[in-house]
Order: sequence, then structure tokens, then C-alpha cells
Amino acid sequence: MIEVQDLHKAFGAVKAVDGVGFRAEDGRVTGLLGPNGAGKTTTLRMLYTLMKPDQGHVRVDGFDAGTDTVEVRRRLGVLPDARGIYKRLTARENIRYFAELQGLDPATTRTREDALISALGMEDIADRRTEGFSQGQRVKTAIARALIHDPRNVILDEPTNGLDVMATRAMRAFLRQLRDEGRCVLFSSHIMQEVAALCDHIIVIAKGRVMAEGSPDELRARTGEVNLEDAFVKIIGSDEGFFG
Amino acid sequence: MKPAWLTIFIKEVRENLRDRKTVLNALVLGPLIGPVLIGLILSAVVSRESNRAEKPLEVPVIGAEFAPTLINHLRTQNIVIEPAPADPERAVREQDEDVVLRIDQRFVDAWQAGDSAPLDLIYDSSHQDAERARRRLEAAINSYASQVGALRLVARGIHPVIVRPISAVDRDQASAEAKGGLFLSFLPYTLILGAFMGGMYLAIDTTAGERERQSLEPLLANPVPRWKIMAGKLLATSAFAMMSLLLTLVAFAVITPMLPLDKLGLKFNLGVLIFAKMLLVLTPVVVLAASVQTLIAANAKSYREAQSWLGLITLIPAIPSMLLMVIPVKPALWMFSVPLLAQHLSIMKLVRAESIAGSEWSALLLSGLLLAGIVAFFAARIYNREGLAVST
Repeated sequence: MIEVQDLHKAFGAVKAVDGVGFRAEDGRVTGLLGPNGAGKTTTLRMLYTLMKPDQGHVRVDGFDAGTDTVEVRRRLGVLPDARGIYKRLTARENIRYFAELQGLDPATTRTREDALISALGMEDIADRRTEGFSQGQRVKTAIARALIHDPRNVILDEPTNGLDVMATRAMRAFLRQLRDEGRCVLFSSHIMQEVAALCDHIIVIAKGRVMAEGSPDELRARTGEVNLEDAFVKIIGSDEGFFG
Repeated sequence: MKPAWLTIFIKEVRENLRDRKTVLNALVLGPLIGPVLIGLILSAVVSRESNRAEKPLEVPVIGAEFAPTLINHLRTQNIVIEPAPADPERAVREQDEDVVLRIDQRFVDAWQAGDSAPLDLIYDSSHQDAERARRRLEAAINSYASQVGALRLVARGIHPVIVRPISAVDRDQASAEAKGGLFLSFLPYTLILGAFMGGMYLAIDTTAGERERQSLEPLLANPVPRWKIMAGKLLATSAFAMMSLLLTLVAFAVITPMLPLDKLGLKFNLGVLIFAKMLLVLTPVVVLAASVQTLIAANAKSYREAQSWLGLITLIPAIPSMLLMVIPVKPALWMFSVPLLAQHLSIMKLVRAESIAGSEWSALLLSGLLLAGIVAFFAARIYNREGLAVST
């Protein structure tokens, strides 16, 4: 479970995150929806301890990200916005590198690695060097290495970015599977269809603030709009937000 | 379970060993360039010197008929008398001839009168070869002059030693190794430069490169303190530099026996033990170079920026070597606590088959590693900066 309280982060005069708070429960897919530049990536970066908040708290399974940094990282599987993999290593070597950094023993690594490779359908590419991988193959490798330590909480920054239709569908199925295993899945997106198709709980962010929160049905009911897209536009206050 | 720094070290080494460009530069071209260059230079020098010593000196002579006995003497000194060019001054200026000997009637007159007989050596001292030819010809003429002079003294009943009250004898204390050391004075610079060059690609690849390829952010999401990540990368950089140096020395060991050193009366003091000592001497500089490069590369905004900065940094090891070339100094203990200078002096000592004192060893190792530690500390602080992973 991930709890976020009143997060603030400014870069110079720009307030990227201005008082964000929410809870992402276990066994649920939580979507962070917002236009480009809304503060989604910065919020996530504070969650996985890459950045320190100016103010506010992040707790993962009850551990504070500011004080129990290493424990928090152990409990998180992260697919950041930057998902570079090492192109001179094979997919399996990429995964094992992170397994060792997570402190897994070789036997556990072996089991987890095989499970992830088959769950992601990457048996045919596992022992190839990742140079020349397609976008989808790279994302699969990045996800496998992020989840090698079997984390209870999974954070993904725009996980379907750059994926084709088939890969996107596979990704959605995979995220549902993670949820059904009882994990806390938190992902960000600026694509409404995606959030609508996948999320049990939606947090709408714009200009560094949480504008609304709830299940898709709750959001529709609250705004009085039948169409989810219209609901979002209403929440954010203008359609400019999505392009601005 | 492996410690995190070891995991990172192994991964960086393995990844970079698979990079053809890095391997070629750090482990093939880098180590070869110094030894091959010096091999070529030395063999050129040796063949030139031996040619000159054995080859007869050809000297055009004007008016050979005025001094037949002198000319005969010159012939016994491995000098070939040649017909003179029409304009000897011009021939010398245009480097057609190294030196031309001119004898005329004044020589005969003075000789018969018992005066000092003049003759002209026409040459151009701004040409190295001409200067050598002139010296050889002059020595031959002088030896004839002193023979004749001695005979004249004897004819007057005077012992020739009377006019030579002093005879200076050269006693050169230079060992063959020390003379070889003179030729190896480029070695400290080559090796110190190697310490900087060998790890440069890794320093850039593991920091600025990793950020540019967007793999630094996922890496930092692992439960490993950032300073340990940096330590693993620093060690990988150092290991490549060490490997590069080791290969440089091996290349020297392979090339040296092919050089005709004995012809020059030289001996290169290079052996396994000396190599081991050299590597130990260089260790602080290797770690120091790796720390400085990591610090700079982590601070740079892009791969290219890191590359140009590190290119500049490579000029630093040249400073002590150049200073020592201009101002030769007698090594003092304090100099061994100045990194780079210490390495330069120590390697020269090893090459000259002199021993490095215990105090000098501790000064050079402690000062170098201490400075490297300080720089690494600042590099670790840069790693702890929030902006490290985020290229904005």
C-alpha cells in the first residue's frame, strides 16, 4: 500500500507538485491521470525516492520514504519514465543485474526470472543482447527487471508509451494479473481510455494538485457526465490542460 | 551474496569488455602506442649512429696537392678525399656537402716557415649532420697536427710531454641502465598518460553515458546506497586503467628485446619485478584519475560534454613531466608526496635501477590515495544529488 500526504516539490519558481495526497490500496489498480506537465512524473519520482519532497510524506507499507529509504525501495517495483536497458547485455543479464542489486539469492532469482519471462512471453528474446530490441521488447525487459524481487507495490510511469495495440493489450492484461495477485499497482497516464479500461481507482492531477478522486463511476456521477472524457475535461476545468 | 559494489563492478567490466570501441582504445591501441613509438625511434637512432661510425667520411678537398702528407694521414683515418665542388660555400649552404676542406699556397708558405699553417673547414653549424662531419674531420686534422708537433719537439731535444702538463681522463659513472634511463625518460609520461586514458571511456560510459541512455534512473531505484553504486563504477574504471597499464608494460617487455640496445651501450632495466613496482607506484594515480574522471563525468550534462572535459584533463599528467624536462631536479622526499610528480620520479628511479626508499614509498602511496579518496568523496556527493539521474 502506498500513502501520500501533502507532497510539495518546486524547481526554482515552478511548483511542479503542490500538495498532492492519495492512497493506493493493495489489490487495486490506481491510475494517476493528468495532462502533460501536471506533475505526475515528479510525484512518482518522490514515491520511489529518486527525489526528496520539499514537504509532505510518502509511506510504502507503512515505511517512510524519507527515513526508511532502502526498505521502501525494496518494497517497490519501478518502471520509470526513463527505461533504458543495457544494450550490450542480454535480457536475462539485465534482469539478473537488478536481482543481485535487490539482494536475491541465485535460486530465487532463477525461479522468479523464469516466471516473469514466461508471464511476459519473452522466452525467445531472453538470451539475446537487447541491442536492436523493439520498443515492446525493451519495455518487457524493463518490467521483468523491475519486478524480479517480487515487490508488493508496483509503480509504472506511462507504461504503454510507445507500445503498439497488441503490446498495449498485453500490458493491460499483465497489470490486471499483478492486481489479482494482490499487489498495489499504481500507474500514470495521460490517456483516458487507458485509465478507464484498467483502473479501479482514478486520481486526476492537474497543475500539481489532485483535482478529483474516485472510481470511474463515481467520477461520472460527480460531474454528471455520461462520457468519462467529458468528465475529465470538466474536472480539469478546460480542455486546454491536456495540450498545454 | 555478493556485495552491491561487486555486482556493479562485474557488470560494468563485462559490459565494457563487450564494447569493441572501448576495448580497442583502452586495451589495444592505448597500450601499444607508447612502446611501438619508442621502438621505432630507437631503431632509427641506432641505425643512424652505427652507420655514421662505420661509414667512411667523404670530404671534398680543394688544393689537396698543397698538403700531400696531411691528405695521406686523413686517408688512414677512414676519410675519403673527393674532388671539390666549384663553389664550396654554396654547396655547403645547400646541403650538397656537409664539410669542405680548403688548402692553398698560404698553407705551404706557413708550413715551410714553421708557422701555424692555416686551412679552412667550410661547413654550416646549423645542420646537425654537418657539425658531426666537421668534428670528425677536425679531430683527424688535430691528431696529425699533434703528431707533427711532437716530432718537431723531439727534433729539438724536448720531450713532447712538456707541452702537455695536464691529461684529463673521462671516468663516466653512468651505468648502462642509467644511460638506458636517459632513453626511457618518456616512460613516466607514457605510463601516467595511460593511467588517465585507460579508464576514460568507462568513466564516461558509466556516468554520463548511463544517464544519457536513460538507465541510471531505474538503477537508482534499487535498494543500494548511491555511494556504493559509485564505488563499483569507480573500481571498474580503475580496473580498466590498470589493465591498460599492465598491457603497456607487457608490450614494452615484448618490444625491448627486438631493439639493438647493446649497440648503443644501453640496458633497459625492465623486468617482472620492476613492472610490479611500477604498477604499485601508479596505483594511486589510477584511482585518482578514475575519481577525477567520475567526478567530472557525473557533473557533465551530456556524454559529449563529459568527453570534451576529460580530453582536457588528460593534459594534466603532462605538467610534471614537462616541468622536469625544463628544470631537472634532484629528487627530494617532499616531491614524493606530490601525486604525478612522485610517480614520475619513482618510475625514473626504477628505470635507472635505483631503489625507492621506504619513506618515499609511503609518501607516494599515502598522498596519492588520500587525494583520490577526497576526490571520490566529492564524486559520491554528486551522486547523491537529486539531479544526477534526471537529464532536464
